[in-house]
Amino acid sequence: MPEDSILEVRGLRKVYRVRASRADPGPAGSALLGHPLARRQRARALVAVDDVSFSVAPGQSLAVVGESGSGKTTVARMVVGLERPTGGTIWVSGQERSWRHVTSRERRRRAREVQIIFQDPYSSLDPRMSVRGCLDESLRLHFDWGRERRDARVAELLDQVGLDRRQAESLPRALSGGQRQRVAIARALASEPRVLICDEAVASLDVSIQAQVLNLLSDIRDATGVSYLFISHDLAVVRQVSDNVVIMRRGRVVEAGPTASVLSDPSNGYTKQLLAAIPRPGWKPTRSASPDES
Amino acid sequence: MARVEAPLVAPTEAPSRRRLDWVLVSTSSVIALLVIMAVFAPLLAPDDPNYANILATNQGPSAAHLLGTDSFGRDLLSRLIYGARLSLLGPALIIVIATLVGTALAILSAWYGGWFDRVASRVADILFAFPGLIFAMLAVAMFGPGLLAPVVALSISYTPYLMRVVRAEALRQRNLPYVAACYVEGLRVRTICTRHILRNVMPLLLVQAALSFGYALVDLAAISYLGLGVQPPTPEWGVMVSTGQSAILAGHPQESLLAGLMIVVTVVAFNLLGDRLATRQKGVVRA
Repeated sequence: MPEDSILEVRGLRKVYRVRASRADPGPAGSALLGHPLARRQRARALVAVDDVSFSVAPGQSLAVVGESGSGKTTVARMVVGLERPTGGTIWVSGQERSWRHVTSRERRRRAREVQIIFQDPYSSLDPRMSVRGCLDESLRLHFDWGRERRDARVAELLDQVGLDRRQAESLPRALSGGQRQRVAIARALASEPRVLICDEAVASLDVSIQAQVLNLLSDIRDATGVSYLFISHDLAVVRQVSDNVVIMRRGRVVEAGPTASVLSDPSNGYTKQLLAAIPRPGWKPTRSASPDES
Repeated sequence: MARVEAPLVAPTEAPSRRRLDWVLVSTSSVIALLVIMAVFAPLLAPDDPNYANILATNQGPSAAHLLGTDSFGRDLLSRLIYGARLSLLGPALIIVIATLVGTALAILSAWYGGWFDRVASRVADILFAFPGLIFAMLAVAMFGPGLLAPVVALSISYTPYLMRVVRAEALRQRNLPYVAACYVEGLRVRTICTRHILRNVMPLLLVQAALSFGYALVDLAAISYLGLGVQPPTPEWGVMVSTGQSAILAGHPQESLLAGLMIVVTVVAFNLLGDRLATRQKGVVRA
């Protein structure tokens, strides 16, 4: 359907059925627990994402902004296939992605379109797998390459994310947070995706390293033409990296548009609140950030 | 005093504490010795363990019989050495079976959750409520005494112990973002479970297997002691504790005592090893 966009989301909706809270006097542990009637009474619907639509053009970046609990991470998880949408459609390069059941071959195909970088680089890497093992695993899966070709590609990926080739053999525990996040980025790039989702990808890093990683992401976009979907709560980061922005609150889109105009002239009250909540829109990453870290 | 200036080399990895761990070394060597004893019993034993010399019963230690003889005049040292075979084989089989089955069920439960997890966990709960020894006795009553029936029964009753511990850890691993990253990367579920989750629960698995080995050995020895397991005159430590009983009253405690000592040494070695492996793991920085 959508020709000019690489990622298109329309009417996306996610409803969770959650157990009633502890305040609810449910007959916990009673014989009724497994009874369908009892379950229906104790479960209630929680609308995490409600009618969210946006589109990302090739090489563009879109930021999804909102407070915690606004459903932005759920959107990311649905786009990447970790959660199934309750309703709505997701297209990636013109192909619908919101099928209910996915075979492992289909998952492998989709992996070459969309990849994700998680927030916490301390738990998003297998603690028992070396950097090379981690990247090589992805290359082996997606490409029919020989050992030498893969090794060359691993070295290339490490160069691209600014890691030393000596670090290829180290385990994540020997790396700093910023270095780990670089490994996570390299792993996401290994399958040569068209869209990269950054789920608060710099939120858990030191401010000085945030700037370096953001610059790295920007360089990668210039080099590969990948599109970004930034999930963030940090408006300073959003201002830096995104072309367009979607502001979410309680699962709904409250405002959307080009980043510059939304942030300089917000029309929605919530966006104004978000902007006012920044003490000072001070920090700005500079292009000349020193390359050494840790 | 002149000091040699060592060149400054920047450590590329975090400095690992690689001091020699004496508990680990000593327990593993005791276990290694026991295994060597069992494997090379025909070479190590000075005598035929089943050769009865009626003229030399209940002898004390001597040059001919280093640890003396039992009430049938058989060489005790040889019987203890040969006894290691069945005494270790039984628990080893139990632990191998229980570990394989328990781990497979645990990882499948952690991955798929839902009804599979619920059924597996409830069955495990039921097995927990059923004492392993009683279960083994029941098996002997049905299939007759010997090594096989108690081993199969105890394998079943040890499976939930391994499963419960491994499932909890596998569940924790399964919910870490690195597993989600593997999934997004397009890896097969089988690959994620074996190459990533299994590998990360492996240390815990080893601890649990080592600790369970001791308990399994005691349980099997108890079965043999009750006359339900391996039958005399086959040399086995539990059997020897039992057959040596009558000699104790006559003032010759060596058979029961030495066989019991072997059991204690083995169990303590495995428990200390398991315990040590567990504490070492806590020392390692996670993630």
